[in-house]
Amino acid sequence: MKILEQFSNPDLCRKLLQTLRDEIDGELRFMEVCGTHTVAIFRSGLHSVLPEELVHLSGPGCPVCVTHESEVNAFLDLASRDNVILATFGDLMKVPGQNGNCLKNAQADGANVKVIYSPFDALKIAAENPDQTVVFIGVGFETTAPTIAATIKMAKSQGLKNFKVLSFHKVVPPALDILINDPETRIDGFLLPGHVSTVIGIHPYDFICEKYKKPAVVTGFDPVDILQALLMMVRDRNKQNLTVENQYQRGVSENGNPKAVEIMEEVFSVSDALWRGLGLIPGSGLEISQAYESFDAKKMFGIEIKECPPLPGCKCGEVLKGKRRPDKCPLFAKACTPASPVGPCMVSTEGSCAAYFKYKVD
Amino acid sequence: MASDKVLLDYGSGGRASQRLISDLFVKHFSNPELERLNDAAMLSPGARISMSTDSFTVDPIFFPGGNIGSLAVHGTVNDVAMIGAVPKYLTCAYIIEEGFAMDDLEKIVSAMGEAVRGAGVAIVTGDTKVVPKGCVDKIFINTTGVGEIITDQIPAGDRASKGDAVLISGTMGDHGLTILGTREGLSLESNVKSDSACLSHLLVRLIKEIPEIHVFRDPTRGGLATTLNEITSASNVCCELEESAIPVRPEVAGGCSFLGLDPLYLANEGKFICILPDEYAEKALEIMRSDDLGKDACRIGTITDANPGKVVLKTPLGGKRLINMLEGEQLPRIC
Repeated sequence: MKILEQFSNPDLCRKLLQTLRDEIDGELRFMEVCGTHTVAIFRSGLHSVLPEELVHLSGPGCPVCVTHESEVNAFLDLASRDNVILATFGDLMKVPGQNGNCLKNAQADGANVKVIYSPFDALKIAAENPDQTVVFIGVGFETTAPTIAATIKMAKSQGLKNFKVLSFHKVVPPALDILINDPETRIDGFLLPGHVSTVIGIHPYDFICEKYKKPAVVTGFDPVDILQALLMMVRDRNKQNLTVENQYQRGVSENGNPKAVEIMEEVFSVSDALWRGLGLIPGSGLEISQAYESFDAKKMFGIEIKECPPLPGCKCGEVLKGKRRPDKCPLFAKACTPASPVGPCMVSTEGSCAAYFKYKVD
Repeated sequence: MASDKVLLDYGSGGRASQRLISDLFVKHFSNPELERLNDAAMLSPGARISMSTDSFTVDPIFFPGGNIGSLAVHGTVNDVAMIGAVPKYLTCAYIIEEGFAMDDLEKIVSAMGEAVRGAGVAIVTGDTKVVPKGCVDKIFINTTGVGEIITDQIPAGDRASKGDAVLISGTMGDHGLTILGTREGLSLESNVKSDSACLSHLLVRLIKEIPEIHVFRDPTRGGLATTLNEITSASNVCCELEESAIPVRPEVAGGCSFLGLDPLYLANEGKFICILPDEYAEKALEIMRSDDLGKDACRIGTITDANPGKVVLKTPLGGKRLINMLEGEQLPRIC
């Protein structure tokens, strides 16, 4: 415990901040890909003390925020069907769909929606309700996909026929490839999500250094982690032979967790996926593989995900591409607040608009 | 109102609850005492009376550290005491679902009896209803408390002033995490238990021994963060907090980190906030720490005029961030 506390040690943070101030030699526009990083930067107060030259861009690493409008419409549609119990993590309850409806409202209207803490809880609900179909909304990145894959395998071994998964899982690296090519975003380097790399390791990000010659650091979630990663990024910027750095060695091994990757690859196959704000990204989704198709809610209910127009006025797409600061959105804290969110970046606990609204003093 | 339907958020104790109260109940029940929105009302039928009511619908009804019966006493007695009163009498009303186990009912009533004896109050009237199965979730209890106000300096949410010290009587989030953990069957650290307790004896001691106390509040639903926001809003002041001074048990911090929750927004049922002139802060802490219920008491901040209506947290590394009011329920995150 004492060792872990060192990663929030204020003295160490102050020293790192001073070193960062001493060594930074010009503007550095960094994107923290992960929503947990966004929240950590605000919660720790780092946002208010970082050197001005560090321009902080929030990325597409909040699973709720990148869930496409049409995917939200699909699970809201499922919620209205008879004999369906929707099982979901809490984050999705308030995400608005096309007509402003959300699962919380659907629940108040009588939809059977259960907030669960582990996908395995959904299996229990399925076993207890054999006359109904339990659909788990599979949203998230490589971090959660292996657990959900394991749940599907367990459902198969238990012979549960009324358990299905609506897989909207996404994988991170292809989205970064799109962003890095966007001239409007002008990213100098990435703070890469430590949680995702616990599964996939660091090498899926090699292209950032090799192809684009930009620094990329896999990072933990405490202030010392983030400051050290920013310092590594500043020092890496002018290196000739750049490689992805692993600041989060206590949580991430170079090759990640091969067992988790194996189970993910067994149950899911790579597909194209729609991302909010980013559109269709080839090879960025995970759909349920043929061997497990009897657990695929899309197939059972004939759900087709088709692109639909973005929510009127909502700038979440630009926010999660780092093109617009949340407080520069015309709706921020006016038409769009956590009480009546227009877009998901204001809903999710990891959304950058919610972080600005919740934590930013001025 | 943000929604045209009653959502669970409206009972969370946060901003949504506040809107429901101000936009609906206060609008239609309007009177000066209610509009103060304190934990209890000050009545004047000859003597000065404090009165408060609360309904308890906790799930699960039995939890480490108490049950719905003891909680129904502590919650109301504490509210009655928060404006400088000695709680005297309680009413209690039970709404019980058909088929509820008599053994469980006796456990609840017995715990309630023990709690009233500990609080030094008497249950003087009550009511029992049994409703058909499915019309209520197991058992609901309403308690109304009455107490005698013993000070002319009534502590109230709109009295926080620039320069005041902000004290807290102990660790934050114990009750909220216990309830959530028990409800969801999560295997949290075994020593996490509710802090449900009767605070009135300690509050009365403070009222008698400290010349001037501006605010007493118990940070129940919505936690420390929401309660302090209510106070700064009512008093039009800023509360500047030191994050490192806010006590949170390591096991609660760990459980919250695991679930993606913030202990500052979790409910407490045996803790209070005390805001008073700086010169009395040390004396108040001494009194609080001499009581088992205030042994972890500490100063967590100061009232300023920097950002009126806001609660600002200074983090250990020198940064600042807002502590906003809870919006709806806290929901565990995806990853």
